[in-house]
Amino acid sequence: MNTSALFLMIITQLSVTLVTIYFFFRVLTSKPKKEPDPYSDE
Amino acid sequence: MSLSKDSWGTRIGLILAMAGNAVGLGNFLRFPVQAVNNGGGAFIIPYIICFLLMGIPLLWIEWASGRFGGKSGHHSTPFILNKMDKRAFWKYIGVFGIFTNIAVAGYYCYIESWTMSYMIHSLAGTFDKMTQVQVAEFFNHYIDISYSTTDIPFEAVFFYVLCILLNTWILSRGLKGVETAAKIGMPLLILFGLFLALRGLTLGTSGASAEYPDANAWDGLNFLWTPQFDSLSNPKVWLAAAGQIFFTLSVGMGTIHCFAAYVKPKDDIALNAVSAGFMNEFVEVVLGSLIVIPIAAGYLGLDWVKENAGFGMAFQTMPFLFEKWGPILSAIAGLMWFGLLFFAGITSSLAMGTPWMGFMQDEFKWNRPQGAWSFGALVLIFGLPTVLYYEYGIFDEYDYWAGTVSLVVFALAETILFAWIFGIDKGWKEINQGGDINVPGVYRFILKYITPLLLFFVFMGSLVTPLNNEWVMTFQNLFTGEGWALDNSSLINQLTNTGLKQQLADATDANQIDLLEQKIWYINVARVLLLILFIFISAMVYKAYQIRKKEGRI
Repeated sequence: MNTSALFLMIITQLSVTLVTIYFFFRVLTSKPKKEPDPYSDE
Repeated sequence: MSLSKDSWGTRIGLILAMAGNAVGLGNFLRFPVQAVNNGGGAFIIPYIICFLLMGIPLLWIEWASGRFGGKSGHHSTPFILNKMDKRAFWKYIGVFGIFTNIAVAGYYCYIESWTMSYMIHSLAGTFDKMTQVQVAEFFNHYIDISYSTTDIPFEAVFFYVLCILLNTWILSRGLKGVETAAKIGMPLLILFGLFLALRGLTLGTSGASAEYPDANAWDGLNFLWTPQFDSLSNPKVWLAAAGQIFFTLSVGMGTIHCFAAYVKPKDDIALNAVSAGFMNEFVEVVLGSLIVIPIAAGYLGLDWVKENAGFGMAFQTMPFLFEKWGPILSAIAGLMWFGLLFFAGITSSLAMGTPWMGFMQDEFKWNRPQGAWSFGALVLIFGLPTVLYYEYGIFDEYDYWAGTVSLVVFALAETILFAWIFGIDKGWKEINQGGDINVPGVYRFILKYITPLLLFFVFMGSLVTPLNNEWVMTFQNLFTGEGWALDNSSLINQLTNTGLKQQLADATDANQIDLLEQKIWYINVARVLLLILFIFISAMVYKAYQIRKKEGRI
């Protein structure tokens, strides 16, 4: 592969992979929301 | 209060279902071809820009609108949109969010059924020792409904009905069924994709043969990823990038709204939306780009790929290429390839069933099995013509109007509604409510001004596509008095069947003339069927409105 193609492919695919993993990790580690108090006004 | 008792079991299940809704055959077949045809590696630049300025905003708009409607018990777009603005016509614009899904499911389930059949054929070794021409011919025989590649009569119809039955059965189990399918399908899809992508990355020149001595997988990757920066000044490339982002994320369909309507009001949608969106991008940009193009170039050479790259490669070329790996690996590869296409397809078609089910449950108190089976029946009724008269263009006509035009029209309307009528203040609050990420403030501006503008350009680009996509030259021609020459792919010329009429005028062979005349007839039949479907759903919405009025809920 030529250098520019290899460079663009690696940068793009690595970026997309890392960002995907990052957001998925954030989802996995986010605390679940508490259920609203049924006696409070919403 | 929600009238539906359905809810998502887990957050991961929701995200996998949303990603599954987005991930489809286009991730593996449309993206690489669009990139090859629009500047190679440079296509990535407008693609990513459109993802950030149009894709993600649309995801947020649809997730937010869906959850907002869900708070009031609306799980489909007619009354979700009507909740955002009381004017009556929004209900009928919302009809797109049910119509598009039934119409698209009609032919999408047909493609899905091909993948089911091809999985079986891969395992059975059907393609062993076939030449490339024979593999391509096999597909042509398969879609000929009078032909059977096994002993099953009307094989194509059999698998089509089986596919609809499978979808209907899973849908009858409600959201849990959809979620389970996504939890199984998406990880397997990614696993199979990784295996095939690794093969594409490592194939190199080992696939060269006497017939194709110059075959080299790296040539395919070079072609796909080498940036041709001069293409960035071509409006066609930007429109292609915007279009690809649009279709890959499955926005403008109404499925995201429906899924999001089952999210609890206090739960996050901002992080969920970007997570699902990026999961789709991982499948498309990482896996999708490393399979079809490099593997095909690795056995058939780059020149062959440039001439033939397209949707048909999935069924007419890949089985031949897998053969090169020996009987056992080719069966496994075929199972993986058609397996991942099947999972990509079924997670999307299941999503297409949920808006109709949500609507019938909300408005007519139908239970899950009733909603599911009626969806299956509608898909069969409206989709069977695409199977029986495939060669006459009904399939393509459905794909154009329901799978292309409807999406853009609906997305444009909902973006204007969300940002300008519902209002960006309320919209911004909805997006951020319960958020587990801070949405960058610049997106307020992007949502209000940039996304609608980009969508408008996508729509206008489809409406008045210039001849041969020569935007610059055609624009200049306006000032020289030569007018705006339309390409036959433009919406206007599609509507008037200009391309077909030109072919008819040029045809001299009697059989060809007869075929073209029949095509025009069947295309008009397809349009009438789509119109009937739209009117039918509009009538159901009107009936639902009358019931609500009678019950004092309006």
